[in-house]
Amino acid sequence: MKISTEMVEYIAHLARIELSEDDTETFRIQLEAILDYIDKLNQLDTTGVEPMVHTLDLRNVFRADEVRPSLPPGASLANAPEHTEDSYKVPAVID
Amino acid sequence: MSELYELSGHEVRSRILRREVSAEEVTRSLLERISKLNPIIHAYVTVDAEGAVARAKEIDSRIADGEKMGELCGIPIAVKDNICTLGMPTTCSSRILENFSPPYEATVVEAILEADAVILGKTNLDEFAMGSSTENSAFGTTRNPWDTSRIPGGSSGGSAAAIAADLASMALGSDTGGSIRQPAALCGVVGLKPTYGRVSRYGLVAFGSSLDQIGPITKDVFDAGLLLNVIARHDPKDSTSAPEPTPNYVAGLKTDMTGVKIGLPSEYFGEGLSEDVESAVRAAAAKYEELGAEIVDISLPHTEYAVATYYIIATAEACSNLSRYDGVHYGHRTERKSDIIELYSRSRAEGFGPEVKRRIMLGTHALSAGYYDAYYLKAAQVRALFRRDFDEAFEEVDVMLCPTSPTPAFKIGEKASDPLAMYLSDIYTISANLAGIPGISMPCGISPDGLPIGMQLMAGTFDDEKLLRVAYAYEQATDHHLKRPAPDALQDRKDAG
Repeated sequence: MKISTEMVEYIAHLARIELSEDDTETFRIQLEAILDYIDKLNQLDTTGVEPMVHTLDLRNVFRADEVRPSLPPGASLANAPEHTEDSYKVPAVID
Repeated sequence: MSELYELSGHEVRSRILRREVSAEEVTRSLLERISKLNPIIHAYVTVDAEGAVARAKEIDSRIADGEKMGELCGIPIAVKDNICTLGMPTTCSSRILENFSPPYEATVVEAILEADAVILGKTNLDEFAMGSSTENSAFGTTRNPWDTSRIPGGSSGGSAAAIAADLASMALGSDTGGSIRQPAALCGVVGLKPTYGRVSRYGLVAFGSSLDQIGPITKDVFDAGLLLNVIARHDPKDSTSAPEPTPNYVAGLKTDMTGVKIGLPSEYFGEGLSEDVESAVRAAAAKYEELGAEIVDISLPHTEYAVATYYIIATAEACSNLSRYDGVHYGHRTERKSDIIELYSRSRAEGFGPEVKRRIMLGTHALSAGYYDAYYLKAAQVRALFRRDFDEAFEEVDVMLCPTSPTPAFKIGEKASDPLAMYLSDIYTISANLAGIPGISMPCGISPDGLPIGMQLMAGTFDDEKLLRVAYAYEQATDHHLKRPAPDALQDRKDAG
């Protein structure tokens, strides 16, 4: 499959990864080669095959809705690059 | 008498319990060897010498008090650095988590500490476990102890190199597409990927959640069973943890192979397999016949589609899992931000290495509008065909025997610029992850270049016990697992890339 520069830029935008021009071209070439290889899956007829997303015979796993101990706010925030006493700090999202 | 650092985990435990040696002496012996060799091998990214000695002393005093000790009493263990350790850095060998210190303990870490193990430190990996050589680590490549100009395999290359160079008595790794078994093969040690769901993933930094599984990397098969005994348990904190009861994995180990049927999948002995690896694995099959097993040829017809299927499913899951690295909750945050989108995309651009970016991009594409059916859905369908292949094969045979890796350890830099060539080095290990079945790699020979060769055994879902039994029988009948790198191999090679 042909991958254009615009497609790489669009994927990078969806993935929230800023790319330099050089990165964009390298990834374009590499993604094209990898996707070409992956196209071999189309040799297989999978009509009617139930997709398998998970290997265990487990369905919904529920637990009782009870309050249990959890991480205190201080421990949850300890690794945050910027935070206040009880919240994460981010640039303004809404003007 | 052998040095304390050379002992297997079970030997360490019995010597300590017989009071022939203290836990502190064993731990100090390993720490001394680590301080001498880690600068060359670079197996560890974090060594907790102080914590390990304090822990060993505490174990010694509890032994002196006559306490009943756990199954891993005094055994010094290395933990792959994508498994959370409370208060000890857990970096995933990524810049984005360089300063991350987990606020909780992974379930497996809780389990080994309850069993009275000593944690020596955290081992190097390909960033976020994405790779087959540790060359993708942000903190430098681990060297293969058999030849320091070569890679140790990956992604659990640090753990495998630590066992091969006697820098730990046991180790934990994780395996998404071969990341325990391939480095175990390339470093000449034992590596077990248990059945998916057998070991809790709580506290394992997620890569491909339907594929990831934690497992032991050890000096022999008995140790792999011993460590699995401790870490295999149902965990309510992991909703994909299996409720099936866990047997005692070392109780049933025996050497008689009468009545055991071993299949050789013909697709695993084709193009791309090195002659040295093939002849070593075929010799292992002959050894099993001598031991009373029946060897039959079988077919896993979809094998050639494994790598393509895997690189859709694993990257799709990865791009979703890695969206949590946003420069807000934890991890690296860019200095150059004017709005929230820039905060995300620049923090991630600065924090992730090229292979992680490549896989996030591939997964994002595979899941994006207009491509989902062609890629992700198609791969999930092919995955069902893999499972069917294995289910049918295991109706005929007890286990399968095949190579772990097509070649012995390759040179540093050899495949670094060609992602697809690197992906294809996982061709024999990926299928077990797609099907969720257990697999073990163990040493079965040495190449003419003096490099270890590994063979792989695979069994059906939750047949981990049978898998260990068949592996143990071979190990007891051979001495490949006792071979170690020559001491003069353990030095820095100037020709290393």
